[in-house]
Amino acid sequence: MSKLTQRHLLGIKNITREDIELIFETADNFKEVINRPIKKVPSLRDVTIANVFFENSTRTRLSFELAQKRLSADVINFAASSSSVKKGETLLDTVNNILAMKVDMIVMRHASVGAPHFLAKHIKANIVNAGDGTHEHPTQALLDAFSIREKLGSVEGKKIAIIGDILHSRVALSNIFALKKLGAKVMVCGPPTLLPKFIGQLGVEIEFNVRKALEWCDVANVLRIQLERQQIKYFPSLREYSLYYGINKKLLDSLKKEIIVMHPGPINRGVELSSDAADSSHSIILDQVENGVAVRMAVLYLLAGAAA
Amino acid sequence: MQKKLILDSDLLDITLNRLCQQLIENHTDFAETVILGMQPRGVFLAQLIHEKLQKALKKEISFGLLDTTFHRDDFRRRDIPAKASETRVPFVIEGKKVVLIDDVLFTGRTVRAALDAMIAFGRPSKVELLVLVDRKHTRDLPIAADYVGKYVDTLTSQRVLVELEAQGHKQNKIWLIKKDE
Repeated sequence: MSKLTQRHLLGIKNITREDIELIFETADNFKEVINRPIKKVPSLRDVTIANVFFENSTRTRLSFELAQKRLSADVINFAASSSSVKKGETLLDTVNNILAMKVDMIVMRHASVGAPHFLAKHIKANIVNAGDGTHEHPTQALLDAFSIREKLGSVEGKKIAIIGDILHSRVALSNIFALKKLGAKVMVCGPPTLLPKFIGQLGVEIEFNVRKALEWCDVANVLRIQLERQQIKYFPSLREYSLYYGINKKLLDSLKKEIIVMHPGPINRGVELSSDAADSSHSIILDQVENGVAVRMAVLYLLAGAAA
Repeated sequence: MQKKLILDSDLLDITLNRLCQQLIENHTDFAETVILGMQPRGVFLAQLIHEKLQKALKKEISFGLLDTTFHRDDFRRRDIPAKASETRVPFVIEGKKVVLIDDVLFTGRTVRAALDAMIAFGRPSKVELLVLVDRKHTRDLPIAADYVGKYVDTLTSQRVLVELEAQGHKQNKIWLIKKDE
C-alpha cells in the first residue's frame, strides 16, 4: 500500500504505524532529492498550497515553504498578524476566502487546540496541522522520529526521554504518540508543575530527576520553556530551572554512555540546553532541521496524491 | 487466456548476450558511458547486463539506479500514488553517454519521466534506451528503444510479466498474461 489512511494530517493520534512508515520511506527518497545539485522535482506542479499561520514561526514555515518549492507547488503565505483577521474575520471565513482562490492544500498553525480539526469538517482541501496550541505538531514528531531512525537504525525498542515543559508542548504530545506507535519506550521529565496530571495514562514513564532520565535514555529530546503560554509562574525563576533541569556538556560527559540530544527549536541557550551541549557531537539538532524538509515533502506528496 | 511464454531462461541468456555485444559495438570500452537502471523493475535487468559487460570488458563500468516516481505525469490521476524507490546516481552524467535500461517498453511515459529525472544529474551528451521487451504499437509518446531484446505484439488488455531469478523467482521467464491475472 502506498496511500495514507487519512486525507489530512491533523495529528499523530489519528494516523497508523503503517502511515508513519510510509512517510519515512518516502522521506528517504526525498532526502536523496534535496541533496542533489538540482534539488527540485516536478511532482506537485499543478498543486497550490496556502501556508496559513495564525501564530509565529520561523523553522516550520520556512521548512514547509521549502518543501513545497522543492516539489514545484505554487505557494501562498498568510500571516495573521498582517491580515484581515485583525479586523474581526472568523477562521472559517478567512480560510473559505483563501479556498475560493482555488487552493488545494492548507498548512495551518493556530493558537487554538482543535482549529485544524474544525476546518477539516468544513472544507474540502487537504489540511496539514503545523501546530495547534498546546495540542499536536505532527510534522515535528515525524521528523524527530525520522531523525532517531536515521541515527540509531530504528525507533523500535529505543528509550527516548522528553525533557522540559511537557505541559505546554505540542511537540511532546505528538512525539509521545509517534514514538509509542513505532514501539519506543518514552519517558517524560520535568518539574512536577510542568508535567500534565494524567500524562502517565499515555503509557509513558515519569521522572522528576533529569540526571536519572539521561542515564535511562538513548535519546534526550529537550524542549523549550514556553513562557508565552504560561499565565502563572510554574517555577521560581529561569535560573533555578536551568540549575535543576538544564543540560550541559559536563552533565552529558559524566554519563556512562553516549546519548543523542535533540531539540525542536527555538533553543533558549543557557536555559534548557547550554551552548556547549547544543553544539556538541551529541547534538543532532541541525540534522533534525534538514530532515524536516524531507519529511514535510513526503507528507505533502502523499496527501496531494491521495486527493485525486 | 492462458499465460504465454515469451522468453525462457536459455533464450533470455542468448538475448542478454546479444544486447551486451550490441552495446560494446557502440560504446567500445565504456570510458564515457554510464548505465542507469530504471526503478523499480528495470534495475534487476540492468544489474544482469552490467555484470555481463564488466565480465566481458574486465573493467568497472559506472552504474546507477534512477527512480521516476516524482517525475511521473499521472500524479493525482491515480487512486494510489506511485510508491517511490531509491535513486542512486553516484556520479555526474554531464557530458556522458547514458544507457537507460528498463524491462518493458509500453506507453513510453516512464521513459519520458526518466529523461526528466536524469537531467538533475547533468546534461548527458547522448541517451540511449535498452529494453528487454518492446510492446509494439502501444506508444503514447514518440519514444523508441535503441536496443530491444524482443518485439512482442500485445493487446492493451495484456501485460508482460518479467520473472527474474534476481527478483526471487525460480527461473528467468518472461510471460504474456491477461491484465488482471
